[in-house]
Amino acid sequence: MRFGVVVFPGSNCDHDCFDAVHDVLKQPVEFIWHGETKLDRFDCIILPGGFSYGDYLRTGAIARFSPVMEKIKLFAGRGGLLIGICNGFQILTEAGLLPGALHKNKNLSFICKHVNLKVENIATPFTNKYKKSQIVNIPIAHGEGNYTCDADTLKDLKKNKQIVFTYYGENPNGSAANIAGICNKKRNVLGMMPHPERASEAILGSEDGFPLFKSILHSFSK
Amino acid sequence: MAKVKVYVTAKKGVLDPQGKIVEQALHSLGYKNLSNVKIGKYIELEIKGSKGQGVDGQVNEMCKKLLANPVIEDYRFEVAE
Repeated sequence: MRFGVVVFPGSNCDHDCFDAVHDVLKQPVEFIWHGETKLDRFDCIILPGGFSYGDYLRTGAIARFSPVMEKIKLFAGRGGLLIGICNGFQILTEAGLLPGALHKNKNLSFICKHVNLKVENIATPFTNKYKKSQIVNIPIAHGEGNYTCDADTLKDLKKNKQIVFTYYGENPNGSAANIAGICNKKRNVLGMMPHPERASEAILGSEDGFPLFKSILHSFSK
Repeated sequence: MAKVKVYVTAKKGVLDPQGKIVEQALHSLGYKNLSNVKIGKYIELEIKGSKGQGVDGQVNEMCKKLLANPVIEDYRFEVAE
């Protein structure tokens, strides 16, 4: 299974994602520069965290016009597995690949800490190695993670079981329905604010993010 | 050349934490007679052409596509010669 990690100017979690796939999951992985337009060789593409284009105008607003994004839309349309983590999630909403938007945290602060999440849906290619309603400890690091959408969209997300992760115990950023991560209806696009790649090995303080990578491999080899 | 001013603010019903905190600060300074403080973005640009020559339509399109995110933001703009 071949992974790709997109690098935008200002991405800063690209190496963390690369390491989680290369050193921990032990699968082939390449960086994809944002100007690249040939994506046929990839089975799973990760949009990593960071501050693409300096977060100018709005987080993710400029990155979605990168040449690679047009091809990523086609990749996702073909059913390719696509994950946006943190800034990657913000880019996916700006690009219209996931509904809603990521707004400023309720308390206006940049929050960097480990939080507890509840796995709400294990019937996705990204979560099949978790247990139903499992509580996992994964760090967040964001200033704009407050998931916001209109009432109809929220109803749809619930009805279609698109809410994949919620904050458990405390909601750090004020997100609607405690949302930490959602997927599209087809289940092949996931966006999440927490960083599973930063919780992929015991030495990092938590391994709770690693089942996400194992899930992807499992769903691919089935 | 038309001069365009675009104002982007949080949509009604979407929390504007900056506005809320500045409002509290103004209240604590003793200005208790104010409410609904909103903090947004102000964008200026110049477009070739003049009012009525498709400028309004173009600015509206640019706001929808890039300058504002309609999920969380409202926008309005002024076009001057």
